[in-house]
Amino acid sequence: MNILNFFIIIPLLTVGGILLTKDLKQSRLVSAIGMGAQLILAFVLVYLYLSERSAGNTEPMLFMFDVVWFPSLNIHYAIGVDGISVAMIALTGLVVFAGIFASWKMEYLPREFFISLIILATGVFGFFISIDLFTMFLFYELAVIPMYILIGIWGSGPKEYSAMKLTLMLMAGSALLLVGLLGIYFFSAPDGNPLTFNIMEISKVVIPIEIQRFLFPFTFIGFGILGALFPFHTWSPDGHASAPTAVSMLHAGVLMKLGGYGAFRVAIFLMPEAAHEQAWIFLILTSISVVYGAFSAIVQKDLKYINAYSSVSHCGLVLFAVLMMNQTAMNGAIIQMISHGLMTALFFALIGMIYGRTHTRMINEMGGLMKVIPFLGVVYVIAGLASLGLPGFSGFVAEMTIFVGAFQHVDVFHRVITIIAASSIVITAVYILRVVGILLLGPIKNDHFLHLDDAKWYERISTITLVLAITAIGTAPWWLSNMINYSLAPIVERLSAIQITGLF
Amino acid sequence: MNFSDILIMRHELMLTVLALVVLIIDLNLHNRDKHLIIPITLALFFIHTVVGFMPSQPGILFGGMYRTNALLLMMKNILNVGVLIILLQSVTWLKKEENREKISEYFILLFTTLIGMNFMISSGDFLMFYLGLELATIPIAALAAYTHHQTKSAEAGIKLILSSALSSGILLFGISLIYGATGSIYFDSVMQHYANTPMQVLAFIFFFTGMAFKLSLVPFHLWTADVYEGAPINVTSYLSVISKGAAAFILIILMFTVFNTIAPIYNHMLYLIAVLTMTIGNLFALRQKNMKRFLAFSSIAQAGFILLGILGGNTMGMTSVIYFVLVYIFSNLGAFGVVSAISTVTGKETMDDYDGLYSTNPKLSLLMMLSLFSLAGIPPVAGFFGKFFLFASAASAGYYWLVFIAVLNATISLYYYLLVVKAMFINKNEKPLAYFKSDLATRTGLVLSGLGIFVLGFWSQIYEIINSLSFGILH
Repeated sequence: MNILNFFIIIPLLTVGGILLTKDLKQSRLVSAIGMGAQLILAFVLVYLYLSERSAGNTEPMLFMFDVVWFPSLNIHYAIGVDGISVAMIALTGLVVFAGIFASWKMEYLPREFFISLIILATGVFGFFISIDLFTMFLFYELAVIPMYILIGIWGSGPKEYSAMKLTLMLMAGSALLLVGLLGIYFFSAPDGNPLTFNIMEISKVVIPIEIQRFLFPFTFIGFGILGALFPFHTWSPDGHASAPTAVSMLHAGVLMKLGGYGAFRVAIFLMPEAAHEQAWIFLILTSISVVYGAFSAIVQKDLKYINAYSSVSHCGLVLFAVLMMNQTAMNGAIIQMISHGLMTALFFALIGMIYGRTHTRMINEMGGLMKVIPFLGVVYVIAGLASLGLPGFSGFVAEMTIFVGAFQHVDVFHRVITIIAASSIVITAVYILRVVGILLLGPIKNDHFLHLDDAKWYERISTITLVLAITAIGTAPWWLSNMINYSLAPIVERLSAIQITGLF
Repeated sequence: MNFSDILIMRHELMLTVLALVVLIIDLNLHNRDKHLIIPITLALFFIHTVVGFMPSQPGILFGGMYRTNALLLMMKNILNVGVLIILLQSVTWLKKEENREKISEYFILLFTTLIGMNFMISSGDFLMFYLGLELATIPIAALAAYTHHQTKSAEAGIKLILSSALSSGILLFGISLIYGATGSIYFDSVMQHYANTPMQVLAFIFFFTGMAFKLSLVPFHLWTADVYEGAPINVTSYLSVISKGAAAFILIILMFTVFNTIAPIYNHMLYLIAVLTMTIGNLFALRQKNMKRFLAFSSIAQAGFILLGILGGNTMGMTSVIYFVLVYIFSNLGAFGVVSAISTVTGKETMDDYDGLYSTNPKLSLLMMLSLFSLAGIPPVAGFFGKFFLFASAASAGYYWLVFIAVLNATISLYYYLLVVKAMFINKNEKPLAYFKSDLATRTGLVLSGLGIFVLGFWSQIYEIINSLSFGILH
């Protein structure tokens, strides 16, 4: 059987297993085993993928599996992966695994929590392996809806408001997306072939430019809402701040990447002409995301809000780089997705752990935590340094590649906008160092904090997994970027063959 | 015409016999044994449903007044399955002391309306269509007033009969204009002569208005909420699911055959009515606290979506409407089933009563959540597929903006469906409704609808069967 099917089957089996369990201890064990298996499977997939490539397999998609689902509409359950999806799957595996350990002490309705979390993960895995737009859309929606329940039941603060806002905004995004996908479908076969939802098939035809002009904004904004595109990002801070730890991790770490991945795989890849024409509008919007997100993070007092706005900024950078549409920048975009996914998951895990001890997330009320919980403190600093792009961590590789790629455009518009976006690096440094200074260094402000316990074993598993991945990418980025580059080449080739330019 | 020809009216004949058998049994039973009618009728109706699925010959009877083919049989079977689930769900309620006297009336009236719907679907001319429609409508008014000692129920009956009479009058006026313009009441010959002269367009508008009443499309929806709230819950679910489904079936057949020639004209009207129906239905549903009213308004909005398939105007549109109605029957019956089970046992039917339901009745809450997700069109349940295909068929005709409005409406509807989910799963309640165990029939009904919600989506075979049949009706 095709290895990719197991990415759907294992989570479903895990859900079935959790249904049989009785209490927290059993259900978290089953989840950990299931998602551990999933993580191992993800690495097996990376290995298999690389060995196929080194054996000289040049197909754009590997491990293809295709079953006709609705014959009259030519809807297939079609799956397959290239280097980009393999990398995203590995990221998802890591974050979900870490997320299970971060919610080790989920006392309230544990079975329901883990089931919802794993259904969410199923949606994400399914999304990344799909090459049929229908299947992809199905998994996309499947990933969004458990968020409502997860935030609504296990969240904190104004959780009902945040959950509803998040769900409705993302669903409005999928409304736009649906229009775009249906449009693509009905123009997928101009030469009389049967209509198709298959991405690889559609990429062989040229959708008429006037249709693209209409459909591209729908598709791009549809995905962009999930990728926190300004001005549709407002669900993100509220949602992240109210969500329980593991959900924040998964959401910022993986779910927001669905937006970036989809924008690039569907919107830009299938409608390259319109992408070239309209890129300038979205470049302006994304650079606002980048800078505005970073500035907003400076003034926040709640740790989760800081990190949520930082996510807006970093995810904006992903869309920004994707819109640059050259090999280097797009490579940077994918690495940024993975880097940000890991590091934001680490941040949210740490915030959850700190909150679990201090019972506050307000940075003003904390101080000197490095002295009492040195392990968590050090990991927090590592995450922070990775976030502001210190060489040796993944953030540096990603941002460096993005800005080098973006600067390859010679015209004034692209140069200026790149410089503006690059200023976010400095702003990021401000808010990261400010938090580290107040939170970890300085005097201990509250006597209760003198007797805090440092990280437990399960928390260490969660954080160390992520730290290892961040440093691995930071110190040896070439295996990742080679894998991505190989699969990017045909896509960029298709993009660069187009002579249309937009306003700039 | 010999006896075997008559047998192609299998559904109608069997239902007639069934109604009479129930009547005879009722006459011969002693008063204290009246409850025996319930299992007997259920068993008989189950046999009827199963027999309905047996293959049958297409054919025409009574000089073209009655016709049947595989697609029409399929529609009738869909309605049968829905009615079976409703009957199962109403057992507990029928067993109540206050209903003991009139158990058989419930079944007889219900079967009579079902006969009417079957005739309506199978009609080959406007006369048979009108007879079927009336037969399907008038007994429902009696059903709505079934618990007539309650003012609301009696009021619902009167409201239903008055608005039905009005709409039937308008519809009949439309039919008479059609006859005047074309000189025939047979669908086939009307279809050949139908053109876009002002009078024929006017005739269509009257006709459509009458149908819009039955389907409760905006602005002809005003009777819906009061009737749905007043009628007993099982009658409400019958009204909103079976009645509406039958009306949608015959409407799409007529729109795609008889009135197909003026499609370019009526499409503008449908567009507007679709937008109005979805939006206004949704906006009213937002503020409802009574679960029956809530589902009533949500079903108004759902009817708006059906128009998208009609606008599609091709085989895909036809298939997606039938498929959507099928999915809608199961999803709505899941939701109504839960409301009915709770209302019968505890008498509670406002949304606040559902607070914290998950802590005491997890299975009911889960089924309710799945049904609501299915109504909202969330994967992996069947409603997602139903809505997706409807949108696809509208998009195939180029109505991208309409699809956008429709999906936005689906998002709005998700808001109020989530309010119920929130009540059940998130809201805290000092005294949630106590745990109760429903009886076997109710549980079977709930499980059937739950299964349908899951299976219909993934099992693409069903869509393909409907699709292969839909070719039969189109030219």
